[in-house]
Order: sequence, then C-alpha cells, then structure tokens
Amino acid sequence: MLDDLYQDVILDHNRRPRNFGAMEPSDGHAEGHNPLCGDCVTVFVKTDGERIVDVTFTGNGCAISTASASMMTEAVTGKTVAEALALFDEVQGAVRGDAEPDDESLGEIAALCGVKDYPMRVKCATLAWHTLKAALEGATVAESD
Amino acid sequence: MTTETFDVGILRAQFPILDRTLHGYPMAYLDSAATAQKPRRVIEATRAFYETSNANINRGAYKLCQEATEAYEGARATVAAHLNAAHPNEIVFVRGTTEAMNLLAHSLGQGLGPGDEILLTHMEHHANIVPWQLVAERIGVTIRVVPVTEDGRLNLEAYRNMLGPRTRIVSVTHVSNALGTVNPVCEIARDARSAGAIVVVDGAQAAPHLKVDVQALGADFYAFSGHKTYGPTGIGAFYGQRALLEELPPYQSGGDMIARVSFEKTTFKAAPQRFEAGTPNIAGAVGLGEALRFLAETGMDAISAHECELAELARKKLAVVPGVRFYGTAPERAGIVSFTVQGVHPHDLATILDRRGVAIRAGHHCCQPLWERFGIPATARASFGLYNTHQEVEALVEGVSYARELFT
Repeated sequence: MLDDLYQDVILDHNRRPRNFGAMEPSDGHAEGHNPLCGDCVTVFVKTDGERIVDVTFTGNGCAISTASASMMTEAVTGKTVAEALALFDEVQGAVRGDAEPDDESLGEIAALCGVKDYPMRVKCATLAWHTLKAALEGATVAESD
Repeated sequence: MTTETFDVGILRAQFPILDRTLHGYPMAYLDSAATAQKPRRVIEATRAFYETSNANINRGAYKLCQEATEAYEGARATVAAHLNAAHPNEIVFVRGTTEAMNLLAHSLGQGLGPGDEILLTHMEHHANIVPWQLVAERIGVTIRVVPVTEDGRLNLEAYRNMLGPRTRIVSVTHVSNALGTVNPVCEIARDARSAGAIVVVDGAQAAPHLKVDVQALGADFYAFSGHKTYGPTGIGAFYGQRALLEELPPYQSGGDMIARVSFEKTTFKAAPQRFEAGTPNIAGAVGLGEALRFLAETGMDAISAHECELAELARKKLAVVPGVRFYGTAPERAGIVSFTVQGVHPHDLATILDRRGVAIRAGHHCCQPLWERFGIPATARASFGLYNTHQEVEALVEGVSYARELFT
C-alpha cells in the first residue's frame, strides 16, 4: 500500500533528479518554500516568448517534492506557458484527489496521485508547480496554496 | 523508586488510545514530546467535573460553586507539589507553555529599557524566542544567544562571558525538545542570579519526564504544558517565585483578576489571580491535577529511567542502520532521539513509518535557528513516554531500515 506513494518512478526521480541545477542566465526564476517541512525549491525558466524551452531547478526537499520538480521540468519543456499552467491545474486536481487523473496527459506524473491520501504531503507535490508559475509570471517568490 | 515496580503493561492498560491500530499495525506512538496520550483517569476526572461539579469559580454563594473552586484550587496545589513550589499561590494557570512565555515576556518586559539584554540559547523552541523578540523590538532590548556545541550542549563558558550588568533576563529550556539535552539549569540559574538577572525556564519537555524542583533549580519562573504531562490540551501552568510574581504587572485583564474597577482607576488582585483574567479552563485544570497525581504515583524517577532506557536502546539499534546520524549526543539527555538517515528525507521517513504503525515527528520541531546552526532543514524525532515498550523501539528500527533500503 505504501508503494502507492513511493513508486519506483518517484524513487528514481528522487535519486537522480532531472534538470537539476541553476540556469545562468534565465528568463525568470522564483523560490518556493514549504514552511511546514522546510522544503525549498528554486525554479529557473527560459522561454522563446511563447514556449518554454528550458526549465531547471535546485533545492532541498523530500522525495515527493524532488520527484515532482524533476518530472515537472520534463513535462513542461516544449509546452506553451498556457499549456504548462493548464497542466499545473490538472496536477493539482489529481494530487488533491479533486479530479480523476488522466494518465495520458499526466504521464508519469500520475505516480504522484498517491499523495491524495496524505493531505499533509500534498503541498510537497505542488511546491515546484507553484514556483514554476511564479517564475513564469515574473515573480521571485512563490505564493503557497 | 526502581524500575522493578514500574510495569509498563499495567501502565499501558490505563491509556485507551494505545489499543488502536494504524494502517492495520499496532500503533507505536513515539511522539510524546509533541503531546502525550491521556490515561483513562484524566479523561474521567475531566468528565466527572462536568457531570458533577461544574460551576464558575470564585463567585456565587452556592455549594456547587464552592466545589468547583475547591477542585480548581486543589489542582493548583497539585501543580505546586509537582514542581516543589513553596506555595500554591506561586502557580498561575495558563493555556500552556506558549502562553506562559508570552505572559512573562510581556509582563517582565515592562520592567526593561533600551540597552537591556535578554539571554536566550540557540536550542530554544520558537515559543521561547518569538515572544522575547516582540518585546525587544518594542522596547529596544538586545537579545543575545548562547551558542550550542556540536554534541548539543550549551556552551557555558560563552554563557558566562555573555552575562553582564545589562543582562536582565535569562530564558532557557530545561530539556531541549529537538535534541533531548538536559541543560544544567541549576548552574545556569546560579550564574544568572549572581549577575542580577531573572531566570525563566521552559519546562515543557522536563515536567513530564524529570523530577522538577523549582526551589533547588533556583528558577524564578518555570513554565510547562498540561498536554505534554498526560493532561488535557489547553491548560498549563507556570511557577513564579513569590516576591517576583507579586511585583509582576498583569498580562490579560478582565473579570476575576481585579480588586476594584472604576472608570477612574482599577486595582488588581494579588497573584496568582491577577494573571487569570476571565473564566479559566477549570475542567482542564482538574484534568491536569489528576495527570500530575498519576505521575507522582507512578514515580518520576522510574518514568525518567524507563524513557532514557528506551531512548538509549533506540540509539544503539539505529546506530547500526547505515547512514543514520544523531543530533544531540550530550551525556545528559532525556527520552528524545533526533536523527537523520542519509538519502531519506525526514518527511518521507515519517510517512513510511506511519504506514507501518509508527508515529514519529519529522521537521524542524519549532527550532529553526537550531537546525540552521547544524546546517540541516529537518530531522526525524522519536520521543518516548512512560507507556512505550521495547517492541515499539524494534518497530521503529525495522521501519527505518526498510526506508533506508527503499531509498538507496
């Protein structure tokens, strides 16, 4: 049952986070912080004006927040800003358990849906997304949900 | 009292909640430093008060009121005995340690001026930092911080060097909630008093686990929370040395704490009533009194010995798990084990343990400055109460080993 949450895909992204590192220069970067557990993440973005061409992150967090950030960087690269924000909404709905996850659009991010049984951990799964949104909107600090 | 008379099986049977399971496993509750579970007699004392003696205290000339007042004042006497205060009037009921610290910072702060110094330590809980900061900002007082050594002790040499003519208050925790260190309060208080400073002690982690003697410690003020001493939530108390308490200005005001009110001038009652504005948590105080009687009957020395034994067993067994590192390794420590596991974030560890029925705390334990000093954001913390067992230590260690394997 625990495997619902700590699936191999999450453990793998946690062990070997993709696109991990600061981006210099970037078009925008923002910091996100989860005061509950001390997780912190910085997300860097580069766009061509319409599409996200590169996303990286740095930070220190639990497996859920690290894997979520890692999977996010892969999922949104190549998407338009509007598509990325729409995916954020979908991820948020799925990890809160508000919406049925669509495996096709979520891809491996669907593995995060296990957190819906752990309300205290939902913020871990959405922290990087909030931070990405802030970076895309030109803010430097993410507002927590 | 020796541990021979301490039967954990008999004690456990008095705690109804310990029968429950978590995710299909027997519950191993290892978070008593956050809040302790309640024995049946505490739950029943609270209920019995509402069922048989409920009335407001200190007013009304009828029998029920008298009974309620006696129950409340009886609880005050029990608290005084638990802390070995010289007199029940040295005990003020509050909501908990946090409220006590806010009260003391506010009221003691009124006697401070710009340039005065308050000494805190790097291992304080936020509740013994932030109230003083608010006062310091308002008045222009300087806060100085006694450093913590690598093994989690206070640097007493640095402390002595910090004490000076401007030091007005030294506020220190008796037992660190994050490291388990038992601080030498007696020595700290002696030095503070020689420097003419008032000594405030955060006893939240000590009152449930050690025999506390405020007179022997030389504390001027000593605060603790009921819910950590196996009593109800929303009730706590602090001791104030009589002469100081009498001089201390009020905190909250309203009914029950006044001698006479007019629009020109209000005069206040003597302590402790001066600090207990409004209708207090009467049933909570009754429950707290019952909890402290339970502790006295069980024996504080036996409780200490049992909890320390479990904590040492946990340290010994966890030390064998690869990647485990302990924070707080000073010789004098209580039943708290703070640790990290390389490659496993404390929150993931807590979730994995939870699914195996083991409840521990993960996070900064309201001690962010302390973890900044150690350069980590969070630890996992197992804390032991009088009802914990060797089997629960085993469940903890097995869960930590499993998490370590899962993540590496």
